[in-house]
Amino acid sequence: MNRLSLTQAFIFLLRRDLTLVLRNRGEFANPLLFFILVITLFPLAIGAIPELLARIAPGIIWVAALLAAMLSLDSIFRSDFEDGSLEQLLLSAHPMAVLVLAKVCAHWLVTGLPLLIMAPILAEMLGMAEEAQGILFITILLGTPVLSLIGSIGVALTIGLRKGGIILSLLVLPLYVPVLIFAASAIDGASAGFEVTKQINMLLAFLFLALSLSPWATASALRMSMS
Amino acid sequence: MFLWFHKLGSPPHFYRIAGRWIPWLLAIFAVLLLSGLYGGLFVAPPDYQQGESYRIIFIHVPSAWMSLFIYVVMAFCGVVVLVWRMKLAEVVLISSAPIGASFTFLALATGSLWGKPMWGTWWVWDARLTSELILLFLYLGVIGLHNAIDDKRIASRAVAILAIVGVVNIPIIHYSVEWWHSLHQGPTVTKFDKPSIHLSMLIPLLLMALAFKVYYVLTLFQSSRAELLKRERNSKWVEELSRGQ
Amino acid sequence: MSDTALLKIHDLSCIRDDRVLFEHLSLSVDGGQMLLVEGRNGSGKTSLLRILTGLKLADAGDIFWQGQSITQLGADYYEAVCYVGHHDGVKRELTCLENLRLVQAMGKPAAIELDDALEQVNLYRYGDTPVGNLSAGQKRRLALARLLVTESKLWILDEPFTSLDKKSMANFQALFEQHMAMQGLVVMTSHHDIVIPGPNLKRLDLSA
Repeated sequence: MNRLSLTQAFIFLLRRDLTLVLRNRGEFANPLLFFILVITLFPLAIGAIPELLARIAPGIIWVAALLAAMLSLDSIFRSDFEDGSLEQLLLSAHPMAVLVLAKVCAHWLVTGLPLLIMAPILAEMLGMAEEAQGILFITILLGTPVLSLIGSIGVALTIGLRKGGIILSLLVLPLYVPVLIFAASAIDGASAGFEVTKQINMLLAFLFLALSLSPWATASALRMSMS
Repeated sequence: MFLWFHKLGSPPHFYRIAGRWIPWLLAIFAVLLLSGLYGGLFVAPPDYQQGESYRIIFIHVPSAWMSLFIYVVMAFCGVVVLVWRMKLAEVVLISSAPIGASFTFLALATGSLWGKPMWGTWWVWDARLTSELILLFLYLGVIGLHNAIDDKRIASRAVAILAIVGVVNIPIIHYSVEWWHSLHQGPTVTKFDKPSIHLSMLIPLLLMALAFKVYYVLTLFQSSRAELLKRERNSKWVEELSRGQ
Repeated sequence: MSDTALLKIHDLSCIRDDRVLFEHLSLSVDGGQMLLVEGRNGSGKTSLLRILTGLKLADAGDIFWQGQSITQLGADYYEAVCYVGHHDGVKRELTCLENLRLVQAMGKPAAIELDDALEQVNLYRYGDTPVGNLSAGQKRRLALARLLVTESKLWILDEPFTSLDKKSMANFQALFEQHMAMQGLVVMTSHHDIVIPGPNLKRLDLSA
């Protein structure tokens, strides 16, 4: 028998990871709950002043998304690392970067996609302008995969460490800055009625850049971590 | 050329050469620093807008330059580490990180000191200061990751990957922050945008920049030598060295 | 040392922290042979095995597979290798069959029915059982079934008999002999006695 084609292997691993999540439901909800909780804290902390909330809503939503994404990063490789599946993947006949991409895709479908569905509801709760909500949707659609992709490098570097968590945030959050800036500013601009094609294009560029480069970095970081 | 590269790459050879160079570098550094400071503090005329307080640029600007330069050096070493597994590059990479972080911190501190008379606050969310701050986090990440991994050979490779990822991101971060700044602050005049810099200011500035570069090489040599001894403590040449003394 | 050997270890050294685990290790293993790596705890058995898989880098030296350095071969080498380490590398949430399908998807599948493979490791009735419900010994057998469902010439096994009973051990030894009879290679460590007849068994003692 021949070995699977690259696409088949990609889909196989993606489906495996989704199956694992389905059989292990806790993982699914946690980042989403965290996202909602952080956003709920803001009106409580600064007062439920509609104009103020509407003004800072883009920032709040994106900072919360950033933190939720970061919190969920560890789960990309953690269980595979612990039960030895990760070393078997590294010994696979397929290029590791493609397998990494499959795992990151699965991770995004599980942690990023729920944010995408939840964000409009939260935007409504914060009183964000109607015309900005479409843009919010687009920024989350384009931005959160970048967070997962960049984050996977950080996790791969710290997976073997006992206290990887704090280091992980130090490694990853500075790299998230460009996404945060352009995403928040796109929503901001849209609520003020400006043209925001530039910001969206930048996010798109980040996505393509991260898609093409980060799997390689993650794969070599994993190889390093497992040696 | 390759042979020379290879020879310099061998730890005992580097240890000897670097040791021989340190006194000379120290002398060059002292000359450059003193002449730069003299030029900057006494020869250069006061600025017509900022008076005497602008003179901090003779520290601030070279530190900011160095903070970027050292990161690029680290990323370059990172490539060498990953491709050729050269031990010396590992040592240079990790010894550079604290020096780079210090220069970044110096740039931030002097920028903030400068901000007080200029804007009346210690901190403004100026584009360059903000980029420097993020750069400082990148440096701290490198140092933190290296400290967290016990096996230093593995740690070096981890840090190499991180430095390369960082160097790809620095221009993006820099550009984003600049853009963010222009968006939120409106067209304020940033402090570096002088239409043209007078020669009597430029010369001390360049002298200081050179002095900082030499200082970097000097401290790099010293800490690399220490790091090499630590890593190679079981090898024959270190044993011979310690017996000889 | 013959130049035609399939697997050649040349001048290999491994240093961990400050200790030299082994130095200037050279040997070769040919098709149909087994290399049994022995030594006390911490003598570098696992390190040697992981270096052989390509997971770990040696501090010096090279490994050649069919005359080519494994660092250059990359994925082509991984296709020829099957490794079972300390960890079973099976997912507890998936069933036995799902786990084996994954193994096949990631490597070069062998022409064998998965049910047959399960039967050979005495897990025939467990195909649809989630691995989480299996005992440690059953899990280990499933991990070793990975050897049967992929077409790999070189088996690298780190303590394969952990938590196995005598009967299963004998069963797997028979499988190893079968593999060697088909010109396969086995490199393994084991605290248990191995009875492989004659010249096909090479021993390497790392504590010496």
